[in-house]
Amino acid sequence: MNEYPRTKPGSQPEYLYAGYRSTIRRAPSQPLIQLPHTLSELSGPVYGHNSIGPTDNDLTLHFAEAPQGERIIVAGRVLDEDGRGVPNALVEVWQANAGGRYRHARDNHPAPIDPNFLGAGRAVTDDAGNYRFVSIKPGAYPWRNHHNAWRPAHIHFSLFGSAFVTRLVTQMYFPDDPLIPLDPILQSIPDADARARLVSQFDLSLTEPEWALGYRFDIVLRGRRATHFEEGGK
Amino acid sequence: MSLIPSASQTVGPFFNFALTPDARLGVLAGEGAEGDRISLAFRVVDGDGAPTPGDSMIELWQADARGRYTQGIDPNFRGFGRLETDSHGECIFETVKPGPVDGQAPHINVMVFARGLLKQLYTRVYFDGEAANACDPVLMLVPEDRRGTLLARAVAGRPNAWFIEIRLQGEGETVFFDV
Repeated sequence: MNEYPRTKPGSQPEYLYAGYRSTIRRAPSQPLIQLPHTLSELSGPVYGHNSIGPTDNDLTLHFAEAPQGERIIVAGRVLDEDGRGVPNALVEVWQANAGGRYRHARDNHPAPIDPNFLGAGRAVTDDAGNYRFVSIKPGAYPWRNHHNAWRPAHIHFSLFGSAFVTRLVTQMYFPDDPLIPLDPILQSIPDADARARLVSQFDLSLTEPEWALGYRFDIVLRGRRATHFEEGGK
Repeated sequence: MSLIPSASQTVGPFFNFALTPDARLGVLAGEGAEGDRISLAFRVVDGDGAPTPGDSMIELWQADARGRYTQGIDPNFRGFGRLETDSHGECIFETVKPGPVDGQAPHINVMVFARGLLKQLYTRVYFDGEAANACDPVLMLVPEDRRGTLLARAVAGRPNAWFIEIRLQGEGETVFFDV
């Protein structure tokens, strides 16, 4: 049985971050009530979904033609707080196309829709917690949060681990993006190291020659092995 | 080794083509599921009382009618559900009323994701009028004047239909939990 320590201060955003305007009328104003972990919190869906198809993790294969853009490989491990791989975790991703537009009815950014790109994929981690996606690099896009606001290129990630309390929705960014310091969504995380961990790393070993650049992105879910007795007097 | 869990980021407004393309995820109880079939409707509203049109998402995790999450669970029942809210900030799940779990009153565990939520909110849905609510250990942690925000109400004139409003902020704000 795992245990799920409470979050380290500064490593997660607070609900209210005025720089991200949408939080102002959506963040709760009352303090949260601390909930002891019962079976309701310690259990969780293994998959939220139906089984995964063979091309679900390759976003470039979902239409007859290849999508426009720079092909990339995004891979990494899903780990727990002890650094152990989390097997059999569902990883869902979604993103804008190479021009910075989502396949969504309300995205009215005047960039072209790519008929060969939906921008949604799924994978399940292997026994060591590894996952891998093939996609195209998403474009930056403007949003109306403030004057001249642009989101850095990013891929949304949604993960289920072993329990209800390990659920995580986050975003992966790309290295050396000049928009990162200007982005209130990423900057809402107080701790600089915690922000840095959401930026993927270019990885030549993941890169496939003559084909696609590779980026590594490891994700840590809550949870560590329960210790039933103390060892070595510590 | 001790690692720090990755930071959460908002689900944003444009998730539905990836996370909620399949309305079947709103149906937890298949044909033949044991127990009392219910519908459970949510409306999510912000601090101005305005609905969150199409840019919030509800996930449910609940036990089956006998209070089982995974071990020996009813094969016609899946404890996980996920829907986006519609243009009125609403969504409706088809499920069964959960059984009691570990000495707790029947409840459904809920996560709310939305544009403007940098991390998900955790809450619970209990059922108005349920006798076991009076001694539920989690409800006991909630100030009495706020417990009502966790109670789904029966919809008048519609048997087995329940409704709850999730108020993210302000007057009547829903109780959210730190898990």
